[in-house]
Amino acid sequence: MAAVRRLSPSFSAASLRRILLLRPFSSSSADAADQRVLTVETSLPFISHKIDPPSRSVDTNPNELLSFFRDMSVMRRMEIAADSLYKAKLIRGFCHLYDGQEAVAVGMEAAITKRDGIITAYRDHNIYLGRGGSLFEAFAELMGRRAGCSRGKGGSMHFYKKDAGFYGGHGIVGAQVPLGCGVAFAQKYSKDGNVTFAMYGDGAANQGQLFEALNISALWDLPVILVCENNHYGMGTAEWRAAKSPAYYKRGDYVPGLKVDGMDVFAVKQACKFAKDYALKNGPLILEMDTYRYHGHSMSDPGSTYRTRDEISGVRQERDPIERIRKLILSHELATAAELKDTEKQVRKEVDEAIAQAKESPMPDPSELFTNVYVKGFGVEAFGADRKEVKAFLP
Amino acid sequence: MAAALQTAAPLRASSNLGANSERFRFGSLLRSPAGRKGSLLVVKSDGRHSVGFNTRLRGGNLIANAVAAKSEASAKSTDSKPGHELLLFEALREGLEEEMDRDPRVCVMGEDVGHYGGSYKVTKGLATKYGDLRVLDTPIAENSFTGMGVGAATMGLRPVVEGMNMGFLLLAFNQISNNCGMLHYTSGGQFTIPIVIRGPGGVGRQLGAEHSQRLESYFQSIPGLQMVACSTPYNAKGLMKAAIRSENPVVLFEHVLLYNLKERIPDEDYICCLEEAEMVRPGEQVTILTYSRMRYHVMQAAKTLVNKGYDPEVIDIRSLKPFDLYTIGNSVKKTHRVLIVEECMRTGGIGASLRAAIIDNFWDYLDAPILCLSSQDVPTPYAGSLEEWTLVQPAQIVAAVEQLCQ
Repeated sequence: MAAVRRLSPSFSAASLRRILLLRPFSSSSADAADQRVLTVETSLPFISHKIDPPSRSVDTNPNELLSFFRDMSVMRRMEIAADSLYKAKLIRGFCHLYDGQEAVAVGMEAAITKRDGIITAYRDHNIYLGRGGSLFEAFAELMGRRAGCSRGKGGSMHFYKKDAGFYGGHGIVGAQVPLGCGVAFAQKYSKDGNVTFAMYGDGAANQGQLFEALNISALWDLPVILVCENNHYGMGTAEWRAAKSPAYYKRGDYVPGLKVDGMDVFAVKQACKFAKDYALKNGPLILEMDTYRYHGHSMSDPGSTYRTRDEISGVRQERDPIERIRKLILSHELATAAELKDTEKQVRKEVDEAIAQAKESPMPDPSELFTNVYVKGFGVEAFGADRKEVKAFLP
Repeated sequence: MAAALQTAAPLRASSNLGANSERFRFGSLLRSPAGRKGSLLVVKSDGRHSVGFNTRLRGGNLIANAVAAKSEASAKSTDSKPGHELLLFEALREGLEEEMDRDPRVCVMGEDVGHYGGSYKVTKGLATKYGDLRVLDTPIAENSFTGMGVGAATMGLRPVVEGMNMGFLLLAFNQISNNCGMLHYTSGGQFTIPIVIRGPGGVGRQLGAEHSQRLESYFQSIPGLQMVACSTPYNAKGLMKAAIRSENPVVLFEHVLLYNLKERIPDEDYICCLEEAEMVRPGEQVTILTYSRMRYHVMQAAKTLVNKGYDPEVIDIRSLKPFDLYTIGNSVKKTHRVLIVEECMRTGGIGASLRAAIIDNFWDYLDAPILCLSSQDVPTPYAGSLEEWTLVQPAQIVAAVEQLCQ
């Protein structure tokens, strides 16, 4: 799975060094160095189905590179921290971790706006962060506190952020795809020029409602992009054991598709930008992100009974998205290794602070059991299980 | 932004009532003085009631008293009587059309609702009037188009999703239960789902087991969902409009055999309160609770009962979730005897839940056990005679009342 990555900066390394020597280096300076356009080539070419693939050359700039590094580090750190919290029994139930797949979340955000919609299934912590959710609210929700993004009533699988176009957070996989197509329908209805990315995994790709929704979306030219995050395992079942045709980008048949290296944030960014332009004019498109998760399916799954540890460590060495960005930054000399380490330390501190704050925050009040069941109240009495202690009128 | 759900606060007691269901009903009777002002009355299980602030009455041009003023009537109709006569499916369509005119966010999706005009003609003519983006013909994909309706609702549209037959919505159960019912709660109140899911259900004329299902018994447990059942053209139009205006997800149960009922309904804009039951025939001796098609079986039995000297009070509960325990409770306190007549099957039907609710709340007022007449726990057979035996017939209702009143 080794990817040969060729760097083709727009000017030679020598001239770059010359520019940097002229002024003291600062990784966060807003001077002319950061307005440079860097061209990066994606690690692998795009493979396409019934469409001409976009170019492999992606434009970026130092600020973007550094922000990619930071964002992905925050996401990675959050998931590792969630792992420890789960083992400490502060997070209960199901906890599905996204580490390894950060490039998909970050690359997608770089290509779209907050008015575009994203919907996904239960592996949603990092997508929530990418949409602008705060670490504190995320951890508070995971620990079931009132300050959580869903007031502690959703949990790990139900993160939502309406003001940033994040529609969740869904436990039953596959069901979010028709929902996402519905959001896209509303976007088309309101003619607001936005698109929706409906994400699902290789396991959910076999759900019938996906094909139903795809058919309707293609019929009605809805601005929806179906994104299959193919991490090659549907819980414990490898993709070749679950799908007769694991070429998920081709499964749309009459709907064009693109296969993208999901561990390369620039490939993801390019594909999503391309997809948004396409969907606004022509209707749905399928993106298959070839990615990988380091953790098991969830915290209850060690992740090593159906794949070898060598495979996991191999992917970590060869394809890790954060390491790629680190190498890119170092080779372009946008920051030194020490500075990147510092960034990571800062990120770690940020995450730890958010966790500490979330740990202190209060649990929901018992009356919250009955809030938000209905939007409009009836004055109907409702009781807790013992019919004496917890009692409320249903709004 | 469309006004929130408003109560049709009917304020007068109808003076001449009989078993004649031709006259219009103005909604349930509110007997307390506070009720006349249109505020929210809350009855607690120990019988105390209090007047709460009715935050539902917000603005709007709602006419509470739905009898036409003389000048309007003469301008509109050539008849001497006010209002206009139509069939139930036309009333549904009228309600839908008025709401689509009023709010551009209302759209209809379902199988054959557009060009075909709807399999029961409820949406006839709407596609020509509103176009393909507002009246959408879907492929046969209930799971996904119900999900799409829910997704569109999260964005602020107000879809009306039609199940060609309610039984087909079993394929969309996940979407209705988990997404439609629960998304408001699991998102901590961020998303509202102002969707209406409607369609004909119930036992028809020998339609076979799979096309004769009573989905209200399956959906009633879903938290966050509201369910209503219409039974006359008047309440069909009123409930349709109220359901569309409601911010909650509402399932509107129609009945296959009631689409051709004819009634004269008012010309003005009116809605029916989603949570209110309808007093069909006040009485003193026994409370009969029913809904949808069984209302007509009950009224038929009521004619016989009146001739035999009984005085049943017939209430069409209309609101299947939540139950209108206020109206029902007042009736129970008056008559002390309850008979429930439903079309659901015995096990786990609406009647079963209603029985439990009445026992929980009004045990002290009951003089006799609550009788519940339901359909048999069998798949509805095709043969006409068998189908008849599956359902509750008027003769059985008469016998049950006689037994209750011994």
